[in-house]
Amino acid sequence: MIRVDGLVKKFGDFTAVDCISFEVPKGEIFAFLGPNGAGKTTTIKILTTLLKATSGTVEVDGRNPTTHENEVRQSFGIVFQDPSLDQDLTAWENMDLHGVLYHVPGKVRRERAETLLKLFELWERKDALVKTFSGGMRRRLEIARGFLHTPKILFLDEPTLGLDPQSRNQLWTHVRRQNEADHVTVFLTTHYMDEAERVADRIAVIDHGKIVAIGTADELKQRTNATSLEEAFLALTGSTIRDESATSKDQLRQVAQMFRGGGRR
Amino acid sequence: MNAIYILWLREVKKYGRSRVQIIASLGQPLLYLLVLGFGLGPVYQKAGGGSYLQFMAPGIVGMAVLFTSVFSGIALLWDRQFGFLKETLVAPVPRIYVMIGRTLGGATVAMLQGTLIVVVCLIAGFRPVSLIGIPLGFAFMALIAIVFAALGTSIGSSLQDMQGFQLIMNFLVLPIFFLSGALFPLNNLPKALSFVTKLDPLSYGVDGLRAALIGASHFGAIVDAVVLAVVAAGLLGLGAWRFSKIEI
Repeated sequence: MIRVDGLVKKFGDFTAVDCISFEVPKGEIFAFLGPNGAGKTTTIKILTTLLKATSGTVEVDGRNPTTHENEVRQSFGIVFQDPSLDQDLTAWENMDLHGVLYHVPGKVRRERAETLLKLFELWERKDALVKTFSGGMRRRLEIARGFLHTPKILFLDEPTLGLDPQSRNQLWTHVRRQNEADHVTVFLTTHYMDEAERVADRIAVIDHGKIVAIGTADELKQRTNATSLEEAFLALTGSTIRDESATSKDQLRQVAQMFRGGGRR
Repeated sequence: MNAIYILWLREVKKYGRSRVQIIASLGQPLLYLLVLGFGLGPVYQKAGGGSYLQFMAPGIVGMAVLFTSVFSGIALLWDRQFGFLKETLVAPVPRIYVMIGRTLGGATVAMLQGTLIVVVCLIAGFRPVSLIGIPLGFAFMALIAIVFAALGTSIGSSLQDMQGFQLIMNFLVLPIFFLSGALFPLNNLPKALSFVTKLDPLSYGVDGLRAALIGASHFGAIVDAVVLAVVAAGLLGLGAWRFSKIEI
């Protein structure tokens, strides 16, 4: 379903992704695990047509994201690391807009939107503006929206960041259920070891733009003689703390978050 | 097509919901209209120009359309900030549709705002010279709205964050307004100023509005319409190109 071979992405002199290769077969839940700035989000952006690779080949659902943008876009759903909802629209309007953009016919769109909003326990609030939603509700709405056009692949970029354990648990239950029911391939990135271990069929550990290990959670533990995945992770990536340098965009994002936080109360 | 429609609808819905913003945005035009209209009115009359309110009202309508359309284009930056832009950029629709939907939405919103100002002007005592001029006035309003919504989209696509906003405001939007002849007649200006006003697309917009609403114009309605249409086409092209280059 996803094939990456010798993928390189450079931003000027900085190499964000340094010649990585992996494959994700249909129906698998595949996790990208890595410290901050390891290249997880960059890889997702390339797979989802938001960035162009510097070199290497990438295939998503059998097609090249650079040359067949629209076909590739139709095939996946994505939940971004940062919110991507329109807060001045209602939950229903956000769903509907998404359905139109993804060419889901009117009747199917309404039926699926209803099913998904009910499944993610947002149906009662469907006509409320998203800016009145809590963080957990917004996350659930983003995920519900990602499923609306029945994607073959679901990309989840740190989907549980900032969620409480209940919401995290619920989210993964839904993802697993969709994965089992529709054989949706799931590509996720996370910081949380327990999540990766619980949800993912296979895990790739990425650091400094390189894949340092790939396999099931048990395989990774065996390889490093570790008792837990966290231990294995630290053995593979070292224990120095990584700081991404904050760009002006990141700073603004923080300001925006402050505003949002203030607005909710 | 549906994609263009839904993105257009989004802009219009959001406008309808932002009542506080609508009222706030009436403040500035109202101030110009009342303070300058009544403050400079007597001087203007004495100089033999007739009613200043009659003269200025089309200019204020042009100003409202200018501000609303440029800002609706620059609102792209907010969508970038709050993340919604990504949702439209990974959607399986050509970016040109996304850009057109947004721009037409912004232009529609600007026209609604312009219409509100027309009503305010009517209340303040402005009277169009003929009823036939009114549809023509709306046509010019639409041209102004498209020109500046496309300009706003080009700017919004080219900036990374809101830091450049003041710069755009002070060195682009306000000069466009003040140099357009919205507040003063374009006749007998010093050469340099006259030259600059001719470069300002809003000059033709305001002039077209005057041709339609008070039956007086400097360049002639046909010249106004042609210039605006050409500039609109150019800026839509520029906006589409800048928009297609956005990277998140």
